Amino acid sequence: MSIVFTDVNYVYMAGTPFEQTALKNINLEIKQGEFVGIIGHTGSGKSTLVQHMNGILKPSQGTVSVEGIDLNAKGMPARNARRKVGMVFQYPEHQLFEETIYEDIAFGPRNLGLSSEEVERRVTSALQFVGLDREAFGKRSPFQLSGGQMRRVAIAGVIALEPEYLILDEPSAGLDPRGREEILEQILELHKTTETTVILVSHSMEEVAKLADRLIVMNDGMIGLDGPPQEVFRHGREKLAVAGVDVPSVCTLLAELSERGLTVEGMPLTPEAATDAILAARGRKR
Amino acid sequence: MEELIKTVNLGHSYVGPDGEIVTALKDITLTIHSGEFVAIIGTNGSGKSTLAKHFNGLLQPTAGQCLVNGHPTDSETYLWQIRQTVGMVFQNPDNQLVAAVVEEDVAFGPENLGVEPSEIVRRVDEALQLVDMTEYRLHPPHRLSGGQKQRIAIAGMLAMRPKCLVLDEPTAMLDPVGRKEVLKTVQNLNEKGMTIVYITHAMEEAVYAHRVVVVNQGSLALQGTPVEVFSQVERLKTLGLDVPVAADVAWRLREKGLSLPDTIITNKELAEALCP
Repeated sequence: MSIVFTDVNYVYMAGTPFEQTALKNINLEIKQGEFVGIIGHTGSGKSTLVQHMNGILKPSQGTVSVEGIDLNAKGMPARNARRKVGMVFQYPEHQLFEETIYEDIAFGPRNLGLSSEEVERRVTSALQFVGLDREAFGKRSPFQLSGGQMRRVAIAGVIALEPEYLILDEPSAGLDPRGREEILEQILELHKTTETTVILVSHSMEEVAKLADRLIVMNDGMIGLDGPPQEVFRHGREKLAVAGVDVPSVCTLLAELSERGLTVEGMPLTPEAATDAILAARGRKR
Repeated sequence: MEELIKTVNLGHSYVGPDGEIVTALKDITLTIHSGEFVAIIGTNGSGKSTLAKHFNGLLQPTAGQCLVNGHPTDSETYLWQIRQTVGMVFQNPDNQLVAAVVEEDVAFGPENLGVEPSEIVRRVDEALQLVDMTEYRLHPPHRLSGGQKQRIAIAGMLAMRPKCLVLDEPTAMLDPVGRKEVLKTVQNLNEKGMTIVYITHAMEEAVYAHRVVVVNQGSLALQGTPVEVFSQVERLKTLGLDVPVAADVAWRLREKGLSLPDTIITNKELAEALCP
């Protein structure tokens, strides 16, 4: 069970002077249950890539299939396959539109033709999931919330569709450190409890490194690197620099220490782990 | 140093959605001097953007005063002068570009000020040079990268010849390359004498300021040099803020009994302290 790209090319504005190839010969498989981070600078093709995963964009060449079904075929099977993939766009709070938070989240499930009891259940559990109390928030207008809360309502709207694959395009952009952490923890929790496959697009190496068990680095419309975060950071420093993405700041710090003669073991990615590794390295040195 | 912006017991409250009074800022007394580079940090909803909007009279205090060059921002007489002294740059570059060609976009401000055409040309040239975007002067702004667009927004402000730029999270929507471009541009301008107020979530950017001001729940929580502020790792964490990674690791190492100076905030300083 997986999302499979086979020889996918995508060209924006083909046949015009602005023609631009955004994806070049992509072959990729994302398996069910994975937590994949996709990273790359602006214009590297990462958003274009994920927008192929539920048929929003159609490949210029090649195919994208979900669980063996070509997303761009006609008919019910393809439609059902597209529905397995939920997408949270960048700045999803711009897409809120209903009068109450409840109605906004219920919009998607209702469109799936679900019974009102099932809609109720899904809205309640989606709200709970993003940490908003149904009683306190259900009847309020989504437009009176803070930025972070609006973001959570928008994410709840997609979670209520109960997709098997959840794509999030920069879900933490513009939030403060605490807001970022809350949203990312909720996503990780969702991944763990429901085994939803998560595809997280981000600029921030920090957050991807912490959460994902596989990292895909996009550069110039191609997959530059693909592997577990530790591997990517250990072996891909030059390629990452070429791709215009930063390694997590902990890695930069440890590289600087290493240049001055203090090399730590392993590849710690958080300040906690780095501290322990530094202490261990100093212990060995003595 | 000359005082450029000064707030005295500034407060700002407004009527919220359910008719209640919301206090966004209270009792803020802060001075920004000519030529300074001040970073303002704080969580979402802490009031830092509200504070910034007082600096050029986009908002008026509901208590206390905000003075620019000694003139109160709530006086109509000085409002235009104040807005020309303090220019604002916002988070989303796409919301700040108005024309179809870069040079026309940069010229928009001075045109509105009624500046002579020959002078406008001179100012546009100069502004584009300052942000290093001269080669793009005939490009359509919507085809530029985020960092380039933000530099054009800054150039548009520079063409109005302000004394101070207030930038409200100018890098929040940019990728690492764009962030570096914008930060570099801001640092260059400051070196040439421009006063900078830089609002950000990114602590590694705030490190470059002369002074860091921390806003929490509408009040000033902390201010000082980057070293003074970022060495207070625990305090910042309880305020919901990050610290630069080197300061964080140094603090953790000290907690585990390592003796390290508590002034470490950059990678280089930590490396030097650990490997003398």
